[in-house]
Amino acid sequence: MNKITPKIEEVIYKVLMLASTAVVLSILFLILATVIWRGLPALNLAMLTQTPKGGYYLGQEGGILNAIVGSLYLAGGATMLAIVLSLPIALYLQVYIPHTRQAEWVRLAMDVLWGVPSIVYGAFGFIILIWLGMRASLLGGIIALAFLELPIMVRGMDEAIAMVPPALKETSYALGANKYETALKVILRQTAPGLLTAVLLAFGRGIGDAASVLFTAGYTDRLPNSLFRPAASLPLAVFFQLNTPYPAVQERAYASALILTFIILVLSLITRQLTTRLTTHIIR
Amino acid sequence: MEIVNSHIKIQDLNVWYRNDQALKNVSSDIPANKITAVIGPSGCGKTTLLKCLNRLHEEDEDVRVAGQVWLNGVNIYSRDVDVNEVRTRIGMLAPKPFPLPMSIYENVAYGRRIHGLNAVLNKGNGRNLDRYIERYLRTAGLWDEVKDRLGSPAARLSTGQQQRLCLARALAVEPEAMLCDEPTSALDPISAQRIEELLKSLKEKTTIVLVTHLLRQARRLADHVIFLWMGELIESGPACQIFKDPQDERTRAYLAGDIG
Amino acid sequence: MGESIAAVIQRKRKNKNRLAQQSMGWLTLAAVMLVPTIIAALFVRAWPILCSKPLGELLFSTTWHPMKNSFGFYAFIMGTLWVTGLAMIISVPPSVLTAIYLAEYSSTRTRSLVKTFIDILAGIPSVIFGVWGVLTIVPFIRNYFAPAVDRWLGGIPLFQNNNPTGYGLLAGGFVLAVMVFPIIISLAEEVISAVPQGLRDASLTLGATRWQTIRRVVMRRAWLGVIASIMLGFSRAFGETMAIMMVAGNVPQIPYSIFDPVYPLTALIANNYGEMMSIPLYDSALLTGALILLIIILVFNLLSRLAIVRLVQRD
Repeated sequence: MNKITPKIEEVIYKVLMLASTAVVLSILFLILATVIWRGLPALNLAMLTQTPKGGYYLGQEGGILNAIVGSLYLAGGATMLAIVLSLPIALYLQVYIPHTRQAEWVRLAMDVLWGVPSIVYGAFGFIILIWLGMRASLLGGIIALAFLELPIMVRGMDEAIAMVPPALKETSYALGANKYETALKVILRQTAPGLLTAVLLAFGRGIGDAASVLFTAGYTDRLPNSLFRPAASLPLAVFFQLNTPYPAVQERAYASALILTFIILVLSLITRQLTTRLTTHIIR
Repeated sequence: MEIVNSHIKIQDLNVWYRNDQALKNVSSDIPANKITAVIGPSGCGKTTLLKCLNRLHEEDEDVRVAGQVWLNGVNIYSRDVDVNEVRTRIGMLAPKPFPLPMSIYENVAYGRRIHGLNAVLNKGNGRNLDRYIERYLRTAGLWDEVKDRLGSPAARLSTGQQQRLCLARALAVEPEAMLCDEPTSALDPISAQRIEELLKSLKEKTTIVLVTHLLRQARRLADHVIFLWMGELIESGPACQIFKDPQDERTRAYLAGDIG
Repeated sequence: MGESIAAVIQRKRKNKNRLAQQSMGWLTLAAVMLVPTIIAALFVRAWPILCSKPLGELLFSTTWHPMKNSFGFYAFIMGTLWVTGLAMIISVPPSVLTAIYLAEYSSTRTRSLVKTFIDILAGIPSVIFGVWGVLTIVPFIRNYFAPAVDRWLGGIPLFQNNNPTGYGLLAGGFVLAVMVFPIIISLAEEVISAVPQGLRDASLTLGATRWQTIRRVVMRRAWLGVIASIMLGFSRAFGETMAIMMVAGNVPQIPYSIFDPVYPLTALIANNYGEMMSIPLYDSALLTGALILLIIILVFNLLSRLAIVRLVQRD
């Protein structure tokens, strides 16, 4: 009779666990379904190919090409800048100072940076812009986003490089290569898919963030044509359109949200495919 | 060969790991209150066979088991048999000791606690449980070394002490049989010897099935021997017979050290 | 002749290596100094208000009238704490249960499928969560949930519905909870899976059920890591801006009911960024808000790091 209770306990918890998992998954599907259901009707070619014309925010013609291109430039520029900064840091951690106290401190700093809210990065970027005498601009947004992406990328690259079997590094050193050469010729090649995944992950974060570009990139209805002029971004486009009192514009906000979600989903898919495809060629 | 007093009867056991067959049509009797050594080269299926006896393979989704294992006339694989009941009656000792993340006392009390037995004991004056713990720690030869630090974490013990603790813990649920999977492989020679002595003293009350790759250990301890080769049972019988006069060529070669 | 060419090559290789090492080293140092730099920059810009107003007033006053030079952050700090706290209460039990299910019960195929979906959830931008909140959660609270709860539990102030808009603490807390799910689940699952199988076997071979093993053995070993994952989720929720701004109601008052509107710190900063420069001390005030936000998050992050370090030391 004492055996019944553990069994019943197990069944109860199993039900709770399955229910929790089901709830989490169904919320995901609910979110996607809501965005598609409300966004699809308002989606048309004009949304994707035109910039807002006069009166757009009052319900008239145009599209959000400014925001789509703006986001791509912002996230693209930020990601490139972040790569230039992150790759050396990750390589330094794994090749020059592996297993040292310093490396642990650096990783701690990266983890702390990872936790900094994006609005703080926006505020910081804003302070820098003022200090440099610049206004809200594409460049400002790129800088703020790069700071946001940096810890994500460094962590991802760090983990990717950590997966290289130490024997591979030792072989390189045994052949007389120094650390710089080993890093460049052996490690980069071996970890390329992992590094790419880290880049794509950071890019996805950059394209979806609003709080950091709010202060620093500003907003504009024009396509981005200069680093020193403001640039639009998709998340802000969604937000601003949603806040107008015109239902037609709000509908367009949902369509913009759908476009953003679509881009993110495609990005996730590509990342997954790349990881599985390229890992088949890796030495284990 | 007639086994007197068979405790566990293995019948037509087949085990697949993913698509590879690890055990093929293994049938044997395990005599009661004796030490049965399962020997053979590495990869021959010794541990696989052992884990069939307490249905431990069910925790691994890649493993499929077919066949019957009879304990006291009941097939432990039949639908209405509770797997936890089986594991209470047939205990196990692993190659690497895994003390539970608790104190020494709680480790030994764990088995009874999860079966709700400790509550009964503690009704009186709570000292009853203490006496049980002491008894099992004594049986495992660990009492004197830990009696003044029963509350300290079990992880602080040495490896040899940890293995003895695991033995005490397993014995505390009073199993009919003990499955020992290379129980001394992680231990220094002195601790290993102590474990061997403990096993010898246990066999009067408990049937012991011992998997070992150390032939000398088998010779020291075994009353009965089962020889496995590539998943098949080649030969089995009383230890003196197998060791002195093996029937099969492969057994002979393995015992001589020519293979495996 | 041949030798000197070889020597030149060797020298060049050595120099390249040294140059690389030094530049990478300096870059790494700069990155590490980024956190103190951000704190310093915020501090410098917040200084005008920090030196003109006592810290106690800034932190604990509820009066927020920028035009009358009144900057009390208390309502906003409370708003952030309430909404984050509610988000954690809602998200922790299902997240931990899901993580345990994935780590202990699900088949390998199910696990990787579900983890894929969890990763997708993690990648969804916060503004999308905001849109979803506005389209689904807020109307639900406004039209069904709040009236129902008010009818049945309205006697308790916590559940009174004095705010018929649907935007408020509960909406914010729920949306934040959903955003936090994938963070807790993925880290907790990793930590639980890392518990060695031998430990589980040790418990199972004594006749324990799977759940007993999880509760008494696996979780005992993994609990610090699970706590760390919860703290990670907390810091994410604490710093969230976009989604919470869209559903929280943004009225600077301390909430007494779950349906009351709140105005978290992040929303305050984001909403008023436009007017920052037009009112004296407003920019300093908002950046002080950012500084407060950052410091709280840093403290939490460091605490959770310490927990992980302790866990590693135990093994």
